[in-house]
Amino acid sequence: MAMPVEGDFRTRLQVWLPKLVLSPSLAMALVFVYGFILFTFYLSFSDSRILPSFGWVGLENYLKLFRLRHWETAVTNMGVFALLYMVICTAVGLALAIFFDQKIRGEGVLRPIYLYPMALSFIVTGTAWKWMLDPGIGIENTMHALGWESFAFDWIKNREYAIYTVVLAAVWQTSGFVMAMFLAGLRGIDNEILKAAQIDGASNWNLYWRIIIPQLRPAFLSAFVILAHLAIKTYDLVIALTGGGPGRATELPATFMYSYTFTRNQMGIGAASATIMLMTIAAIMVPYLYSELRDRR
Amino acid sequence: MAALNQDSAIRTGSTAKVLIYLLLLLFAFFYLLPLFVMGVNSVKPLSEITGGNMMALPQVWTFEPWRQAWSEAQVGVQATGLKPYFWNSIKMVVPAVFISTILGALNGYVLTKWRFRGDTILFGLMLFACFIPFQIVLIPMARMLGLFGLAGTTWGLVLVHVVYGIGFTTLYYRNYYAAFPTELVRAAQIDGAGFFQIFWRIMLPSSGPITVVSVIWQFTNIWNDFLFGASFADFSSQPMTVALNNLVQSSTGVKEYNVHFAGAILAALPTLLVYIVAGRFFVRGLMAGSVKG
Amino acid sequence: MGFLEISNASKSYGLVEVLHNVDISVGEGEFLVLVGPSGCGKSTLLNMIAGLEDITSGEIRLKGNLMNGVHPSRRNIAMVFQSYALYPNMTVAKNITFGLEMHRVPKPERQAAMQEVAELLQIGELLDRKPAQLSGGQRQRVAMGRALVRKPDVFLFDEPLSNLDAKLRVDMRTEIKKLHQNLGTTIVYVTHDQIEAMTLSTRIAVMHEGFVQQLGTPKEIYDTPANLFVATFMGSPSMNLVPVTIGVDAAAVYAETSDSFGEIVRLAIQDADADLKSMSGKTVTMGIRPEALTDKDGVDHRSALIESCASAVGVTEPAGSDTFVTTTFGGAECVARMRADTDAAPGEVIEFAFNMEKAVFFDPASGIRIG
Repeated sequence: MAMPVEGDFRTRLQVWLPKLVLSPSLAMALVFVYGFILFTFYLSFSDSRILPSFGWVGLENYLKLFRLRHWETAVTNMGVFALLYMVICTAVGLALAIFFDQKIRGEGVLRPIYLYPMALSFIVTGTAWKWMLDPGIGIENTMHALGWESFAFDWIKNREYAIYTVVLAAVWQTSGFVMAMFLAGLRGIDNEILKAAQIDGASNWNLYWRIIIPQLRPAFLSAFVILAHLAIKTYDLVIALTGGGPGRATELPATFMYSYTFTRNQMGIGAASATIMLMTIAAIMVPYLYSELRDRR
Repeated sequence: MAALNQDSAIRTGSTAKVLIYLLLLLFAFFYLLPLFVMGVNSVKPLSEITGGNMMALPQVWTFEPWRQAWSEAQVGVQATGLKPYFWNSIKMVVPAVFISTILGALNGYVLTKWRFRGDTILFGLMLFACFIPFQIVLIPMARMLGLFGLAGTTWGLVLVHVVYGIGFTTLYYRNYYAAFPTELVRAAQIDGAGFFQIFWRIMLPSSGPITVVSVIWQFTNIWNDFLFGASFADFSSQPMTVALNNLVQSSTGVKEYNVHFAGAILAALPTLLVYIVAGRFFVRGLMAGSVKG
Repeated sequence: MGFLEISNASKSYGLVEVLHNVDISVGEGEFLVLVGPSGCGKSTLLNMIAGLEDITSGEIRLKGNLMNGVHPSRRNIAMVFQSYALYPNMTVAKNITFGLEMHRVPKPERQAAMQEVAELLQIGELLDRKPAQLSGGQRQRVAMGRALVRKPDVFLFDEPLSNLDAKLRVDMRTEIKKLHQNLGTTIVYVTHDQIEAMTLSTRIAVMHEGFVQQLGTPKEIYDTPANLFVATFMGSPSMNLVPVTIGVDAAAVYAETSDSFGEIVRLAIQDADADLKSMSGKTVTMGIRPEALTDKDGVDHRSALIESCASAVGVTEPAGSDTFVTTTFGGAECVARMRADTDAAPGEVIEFAFNMEKAVFFDPASGIRIG
């Protein structure tokens, strides 16, 4: 809202107050976010080891990083994890939302059950699944106790399969949330369109496939953006569930960065890996935020 | 978005419906299983877990694991239980939620009702801050906290959570206030109310629903944070999540699964309670846009 | 000098000028209506008077004092908004007294002023309710109460009736008119509804594309519109526009057009001035209101000049009090307003009567009225 530019003191104060009120938050963002990003970005070109140091080494940290088997494992794991996590969460979330859309009795009871995991800390989720998946005391042990002696489910101890247990726990935590996003999208669709399509003779299958799901594009986009950024930021879950193991079987870029920076004293390489994580997220988030904010104007 | 409770126009056959109910119940079982396992095993003696069946109800009920997890268990190097860390978390969460919510409300108010050239770009800059991988700020933040003497303190963590939480609270209030009639602000201006008077007397009293959303969101996020707690806290300020992880990962002695489960529930309890008590308002508040004037 | 003086006021957003050199002088006690289609700049002008938008160039003076740059709360104005803009969290009583509280009026005086207004508007029993518990008409009254209680120099109304249903709108219109007559306050009122403008105002400013097209009394605006825009915007059904050729002979000035069969029709013009005579032989647009185009029984017998001709009826639209009958003159569709019980039927040829006293002529190129 434009205000008069000239005039009495009170009027002039009213013009400046809004900007004054916004400035602390803005200053914090500029220093703690953008300033810090630049700082870390600089460190990724420096010879920092245990402490920040400002000797310029060019691209050396990045070159070292890409030669590290450890980093390669982390990136490969990220690819497997992110792909499975996003696809399964979207599929489960969409399926559950469509099920709920069939005038289900007891939705009021079921919906909170599906949603509560997102209120939990990843550390709690990780702890619960860690012991449930533990062959010694968890599901495998239970099946043996129940008399199914040949049952084997030891993925969490298996280098080949451990990453899938991370997917399992992460899907458990977030799929209900994705369901809620799709459900809100479904409930936002104009019922008259659906009635018109039914009168036109569309089967339920056609109704969903041809009319409803295409209208859920915004929900798909939001789900993709949220899941992608959660996937890249996944850290606590791995720490609590597997600690990155067995061996390095479940290392992700986030855990790699932490251990290289704070325990292996390779701060330059840690900063380089953090920069790459930021770039990946920015590649997804910046276009998304740009289109969202531009449309709202 | 329409209300989550709108009735769908879809008709479903009865066979399909039975199948759907079965699948929905199966998923309910999947979502409830970990909670059930944690609950049941937190009231069993350790021998029943190691020697028996994780899914079975306890033969001997005991609250000893809860007592141990709360006040006796070995966390890190000290045998204090989770109690002091629980209070650390509370001391960190309450001011951080309060400050970030107030700032978010003020920012949202400015960005919708006192717009100026470039305000959308500034908002975009603040919003992007929510989505960065926090690894990118760990190193400089550790240094900065050290410089200001805040390293290892609760206030340091409060600062960190406020800084990286403002984007979300601003987003919530901005979207909510965007639907708030601008004519009300104009009427108040003509009535002679100033910037802060309009905020306190007109905007805030109508902001209940979105404040619930903002508080729940911030409370959950900050309580559940692990990365910042693990990076910037020491024994005097470590939050619950870090303590729980230390409890579970401690490699000395026998693994007391029942104590771990009790500890996990203790760490989850505050957010679960908030979710059970106020979850409905969260969804409702997210969808409540406009205020009738 | 007027009570409220708007001189040479313009408004630009960036490089786009949305309001061009507006000059309006409002006398004390006047009821000025700004009317025009959406986007014509009327609300912008009102907001500039209120101080909610700044003035790019020009001046606005109230009681002789320059208002440019003065905060809205210091102009001694009050405003009623389209959405009423009642504070949702406050009771009706609080809504009414909020402005006084902000101006640091002591509580006893606030209460007294509120009681007075509540009595005037008969909203005494609503004082403890919240806006959400009120009907549309009640909200409207409270919004007016909030404006009245301040005893401002000027009342600004921004489309205050457009959110009400049709019947209530008519009732409230009468009420606002009564209020103006009883209190003698100065009012600037924005609307897009030309009937509201006609019924309420002492003067109307018709606006279009950021220009004031015509400023005058309702009668001036209706009878002698300054241009084709004003002619068609004001009045419902709108003024008939017939292409005619002006002819001048020794005896008289006349306009020639054709009936629905293409036959030439000659209509005499009364008291034609020099400007119209100079158009001799040229085609101009004749404007004739539907009520000035009737059948022979419906003519205004006080009129000095009635011309009549036969034409075929297109459709008939009975509207209760009148029946509207369409035909074509000069190839343009025309609406005639006839008695409700007219026996005109579609396809029939009947006599149409022109009240040429009320005919006006426009230059078709510029759209400006001739004479």
